[in-house]
Amino acid sequence: MNNKIIYLDNNATTKVDKKVVEAMMPYFEQEYANPSSMYDFSKKASKIIKDSREIMKDFFNAKTSNEIIFTSCGSESANMAIRGLLETEKNKKHIITTKVEHPCVLNVFKYYEKQGYKVDYIGVNSNGELDLAELQEKVSEDTALVAAMWANNETGVIFPIEKISEIVKSKNPDTKLFVDAVQVAGKINIDVQSADIDMLSVSGHKFHAPKGIGALYVKSGTLLNPLIIGGHQERGKRAGTENVPYIAGIAEAAKLAKDGLDYEAKEVKRLRDKLETNLVKNICNAKLNTSIANRVPNTTNIGFEYIEGELILLHLSDIGICASSGSACTSGSLEPSHVLRAMGTPFTALHGSIRFSLSRFTTEDEIDYVIEKMPPIIEKLNGISPYQDEINALKNMK
Amino acid sequence: MWDYTEEVLDHYRNPRNVGKIDDADAVGEAGSLACGDALKIYLKIKDGVVVDAKFQTFGCGSAVASSSMMTEMIIGKPVEEVKKLTNKDIADALGGLPPEKMHCSVMGHEALEDALKNYYNDEITFSDINSDSASKVVCTCFNVTEKQIIDAIRDNNLKTVEDVTNYTKAGGACGRCKGTIQNIIDTYLNKEDSQKAEKPKLSSAQKIIKINKVIENQIAPELQKDGGDIELVDIDENKVYVKLHGRCSQCRNSVLTLKAFVEQTLKDAIDKDIEVINIEQ
Repeated sequence: MNNKIIYLDNNATTKVDKKVVEAMMPYFEQEYANPSSMYDFSKKASKIIKDSREIMKDFFNAKTSNEIIFTSCGSESANMAIRGLLETEKNKKHIITTKVEHPCVLNVFKYYEKQGYKVDYIGVNSNGELDLAELQEKVSEDTALVAAMWANNETGVIFPIEKISEIVKSKNPDTKLFVDAVQVAGKINIDVQSADIDMLSVSGHKFHAPKGIGALYVKSGTLLNPLIIGGHQERGKRAGTENVPYIAGIAEAAKLAKDGLDYEAKEVKRLRDKLETNLVKNICNAKLNTSIANRVPNTTNIGFEYIEGELILLHLSDIGICASSGSACTSGSLEPSHVLRAMGTPFTALHGSIRFSLSRFTTEDEIDYVIEKMPPIIEKLNGISPYQDEINALKNMK
Repeated sequence: MWDYTEEVLDHYRNPRNVGKIDDADAVGEAGSLACGDALKIYLKIKDGVVVDAKFQTFGCGSAVASSSMMTEMIIGKPVEEVKKLTNKDIADALGGLPPEKMHCSVMGHEALEDALKNYYNDEITFSDINSDSASKVVCTCFNVTEKQIIDAIRDNNLKTVEDVTNYTKAGGACGRCKGTIQNIIDTYLNKEDSQKAEKPKLSSAQKIIKINKVIENQIAPELQKDGGDIELVDIDENKVYVKLHGRCSQCRNSVLTLKAFVEQTLKDAIDKDIEVINIEQ
């Protein structure tokens, strides 16, 4: 077996940047004071939180740093936004989300559906693009909240958040908009003011901070009930002693991410495009699941028709390549990806869908390695498939 | 990451007996592309002995490993012995499979059973379950029959719905058939309260889809055999409006056909309150 790791699963989690680790280190053994304490020794701990909040404010282009709440992860941020808001809007019983949200949003909506809320799940087309006309139609007087992701974790498809906000606000200015920005942080620019967003969540470990730290933007004037009740931390909105080193970490990561946006848009995108173009060109049964939809620069989702995703991942793993699949077999749930199903991806490609997600640490050599190694693997797996005639037909077409 | 045994890793990396036998004496299939795993097995049988076996699998690592291991286990064996093979034997030979992956061994076994059934042109080869319930589909998402579920319960000593899902996939998607699976388990285990469990309640959309399916797959083919046909016009709660075509519409007994057959079939399959109404042409 081979020790080389080619990590192309950055939408799942990322490597922590060395500079992030460095920024965190002082707050473990040296500046370990509780930032709420009264002695001088706590000053550095409380200052780094203040500074970090400023950095996150800039990262989102928020108006004031009071609009930033540190949480433990993306799921907590989403739960806090949705549940915290609905707690304060008890007279409105209609909420809207999309069919392709991450489970941390989708399952919260399903929970409220069981509680008697009317929930609309907006669909997407075969490229994964949101049905804006359907959204426009559904927003009503009674709509308390619309939750939409900025980019999809499986396909990388970007939803036009400014347009979504415009549609929602023009139909009902009181309806709040929550945006799950977990998959865009560090990939494209986030600007909560120009997009007129009420709440927005990110997760540190998707942009080279460690796991266990997230942030939530809540626009001034938006009332939220806390999920975690206790002390006065985060201005009473999220109790619990601040996770000082991790807060320092996510802020450092945000700073690096903002500086790296150009590199993402150019170099990461170039490598992603090189990877997908070559795979689709050189492999007879490979096709892009998202077509030409507007996507974050690092993600590609390719369907390998008539072979199964887990089998592909196992063979990739054997040569050190890490990717992920929308196949049912990888999850144990027996059901293939809800995102690809919502797109109506045909069964032939659905079960054999592979997502590659790059990062700024991905090198050209790594991409070349995948481009070289993948076709023979797929060729071998095609040989096992019972659908030989179908695969041969595809071969003749290319 | 699944905790696969060395045997599973070896067999998915280097599958044995992959391919097709052009002049096979028996061919068997299991699963489907839609469900995410499908398997074809080809057997060469000479003087009551399986002299060669090959397979083609669309499926995950454990599905390929199960197929590969199975072919190794049956080549050179008398058919009488091969008939006795169970999915558990395949899983055991692989040093075990994760519970969620046991259905892969079941699928291997089903394809083998299908091949032997075709070879003997015989309804039931492996089990003593009566053939009426055998072909009844319990899980429509994964197309799993009652017989497959009972076989899995018997061969693997399954006790819960979750076990059945792990071994057969039945109930693993929409979950509507979980009540029925529980009934099958209860009946099999001779529990007294087996009659009490009710059919899961369907939403209107689910009901419409199901009515459509039953008409398309069960009722229409029957009528077509007699030169007639049925068209679904509308569904309003439990009222199902249909039009009869061809021979049926002139047949005096059409009302009887409707009441006795169409309605009863829908009642049995979906809801005892269903009423069928024929729209005059």
